[in-house]
Amino acid sequence: MEMKRLNLKRAGAALALGAALGGVTLPALADEQFVPLLVYRTGSFAPLGIPWADGKLDYLKLVNERDGGINGVKITYEECETAYATDKGVECYERLKSHGPTGASGFDSQSTGITFAVTDKAPLDKVPVETVGYGLSQAADGSVFQWNFPLLGTYWTAADVMIQDIAKKEGGMDKLKGKKIALVYHDSPYGKEPIQLLQKRAAANGFELQLYPVTAPGVEQKSTWLQIRQARPAYVLLWSAGIMTPTAIREAQASGYPRDKMYAIWWAGSEGDVKDLGDVAKGYNAITIHNSGEQGKVAQDLKKYVYDKGQGSDRNNTTLGTIAHTRGMIISMLQVEAIRTAQEKYGKGKSMTPEQVRWGFENLDLTQEKLDKLGFGGIVRPFKTSCANHLGADWARIVQWDGKQFKVASDWYQADPNMVGPLVKAEAAKYAKDKNITPKNCEG
Amino acid sequence: MLYRENGQFKTSYVADQQIFPIRQDRIFVMLLLAFAFVGVPLLASDYLLRALLIPFLILSLAAVGLNVLVGYCGQISLGTGAFMAVGAYAAWNFGVRIPAMPLLLQIVLGGLCATVVGVIFGIPSLRIRGLYLAVATLAAQFFVDWAFLRIPYFTNYSSSGNVSVPQLTAFGLPVQTAMEKYLFVLALVCVFTLLVKNLVRGAIGREWMAIRDMDVAASVIGIRPMYAKLTAFAVSSFIVGVAGALWGFIHLGSWEPLAFDLTRSFQLLFMVIIGGLGSILGCFFGAAFIVLVPVLLSNIPGMLGLPLAVDTASHIEHMVFGALIVTFLIAEPHGLARLWSIAKEKLRLWPFPY
Repeated sequence: MEMKRLNLKRAGAALALGAALGGVTLPALADEQFVPLLVYRTGSFAPLGIPWADGKLDYLKLVNERDGGINGVKITYEECETAYATDKGVECYERLKSHGPTGASGFDSQSTGITFAVTDKAPLDKVPVETVGYGLSQAADGSVFQWNFPLLGTYWTAADVMIQDIAKKEGGMDKLKGKKIALVYHDSPYGKEPIQLLQKRAAANGFELQLYPVTAPGVEQKSTWLQIRQARPAYVLLWSAGIMTPTAIREAQASGYPRDKMYAIWWAGSEGDVKDLGDVAKGYNAITIHNSGEQGKVAQDLKKYVYDKGQGSDRNNTTLGTIAHTRGMIISMLQVEAIRTAQEKYGKGKSMTPEQVRWGFENLDLTQEKLDKLGFGGIVRPFKTSCANHLGADWARIVQWDGKQFKVASDWYQADPNMVGPLVKAEAAKYAKDKNITPKNCEG
Repeated sequence: MLYRENGQFKTSYVADQQIFPIRQDRIFVMLLLAFAFVGVPLLASDYLLRALLIPFLILSLAAVGLNVLVGYCGQISLGTGAFMAVGAYAAWNFGVRIPAMPLLLQIVLGGLCATVVGVIFGIPSLRIRGLYLAVATLAAQFFVDWAFLRIPYFTNYSSSGNVSVPQLTAFGLPVQTAMEKYLFVLALVCVFTLLVKNLVRGAIGREWMAIRDMDVAASVIGIRPMYAKLTAFAVSSFIVGVAGALWGFIHLGSWEPLAFDLTRSFQLLFMVIIGGLGSILGCFFGAAFIVLVPVLLSNIPGMLGLPLAVDTASHIEHMVFGALIVTFLIAEPHGLARLWSIAKEKLRLWPFPY
């Protein structure tokens, strides 16, 4: 009945205002699963957005080609261009959330701003939002953020792991005392996200944190690096995106700051960021949430089932195999596994509703064996999610640019739960209070 | 034929000075309002309300505010985004500091804060004109962007610098579903549009227009430039501030300063120019053009079943949109509102050629 009323409404709107604006969907076929793909292939962040989008798309094609879908349920998908703009992202979200026979399986918005906006809408619309490696760090607390899944790592993970790696280089946590560590960040919620954790770390380990905000888009950093040259921090953490990254590396070179003392967040650690700089960026460290040195079986499968048939998304032969492309595949893989997990509970071979997919995200259990089977064995570490833990496990490691490619430069780290845990709890509780959310009881 | 006012005689000043002196217009507007308040909520899908109509209405209101300043008073402003931001952040701050405050009061107070800021940045207009003033208002834009990014008090010390609103209620009723939000915005837009329409028809509106057309002559005949310019800045900033508060509270729900950056200012200026300077109706045309056409364009390939890549579609959309703007402005420099009135003129004679 509800469905019928909706369709009547739809048809009415379409008649009244021209079918163009009614958002009319095609008649639903049975046993399909719709995955919306918010992407930015244009705009200032396109160099990162294109491989990311290609990766997301490629993996869905692979699942359809190789396995015939998820237990026989074909995946349908549609891309929607956001250009990294929040209002366009919101429009895409509204347009795609009820597509397909059961609605959108989940949104990976690819932008901190869009994430903030849809986080407010998702609980009302009952759609999961997955933010792999970005978004709100406190969303790891599943009892408050029931619809958000910052899987595999947040910015607090990244900041904490960077400090751990620095301590290791220096010869122990106690060696950080009295050192200066600078954070050069994109002056937006995205760039400010790690500050809280770093301040906590600074207090605990006795180093001095210096903050250098860079006004977006970040092409003007002369004064910032001049200050860095005067202050001489032992290490620089870089929270940049798009054009800000190569600019920072060039300015570091100009002011004589050693690149091997720089640590960049994963969005500033793709090949596209440093390829044109070559040796200028030599020694530059970046953090990664997956094993970027590894291609895994999934890459071979992708070649065999998708690219050799001429179905690949990467038309110019530029994105395949890059860190961002692999990360895009991981994101789609997590989406697909959430649907698969949901099917195991609610019925194999059926289309899942977004609400059922949310359950799947909350009950992911990716063992080593499963990951090996999927072809991600060497790329992602095993992890489990639960009602209280929407992050899974936050393994990360450091890669270093050698002038030609990124080489793995450290072992796997995990963020220190004694540092991150209480912060997640406190911030999530604050959010719940601001929004009048009653946290779900996860004990039962 | 369809649109003749034969036989409609006015016997009083009141009747002669009403907003819609022609009966057909009155009937049309009444029907349109009835449709907007009753028909649309019954017919429209969630997507249509949330993604198209709500942003269209809010930006129309912002364009009305800007038109007071640019179209009626002739003071070019590039700081509209900033005044929207002031409205949004001020309203949000009132809500956070005084949780018991009703939503409507928050929004109005946000508008009043924007008024104060608008008047302060309007002061240079007493000395400078044209492009120089545009640069001064540009300073407002940069200053406000900076303030909301760097002064933690304004975001209540939010760690990420992002603010977000709790579930909204107005007059004890929830404002949460798409329909409730739409009706709330529509009511406010109608009220404020009527307010501005009456202002520009009155003495103060005439003062603004006199200043716009020739400020030296206006001051010779006794119009005070300072009073006229600053009231235009005040009224304009108030309306824009209210629109900003609505944009943050109703449309986005949570936002960062980027939501009100320079692009927003340009977007609104284009709306006013394309819609028609010095026309209230034009604001709605302009907003419709700027908000709806890109969405329409981005939906066309999908509807026709053309397998276009999103990036190609996006580039084509930009090109077509740019071409449309140029075409319209060449065809009718006075904007869409002028086209509308020409159409009405033609309808008076239709189907006869004389």
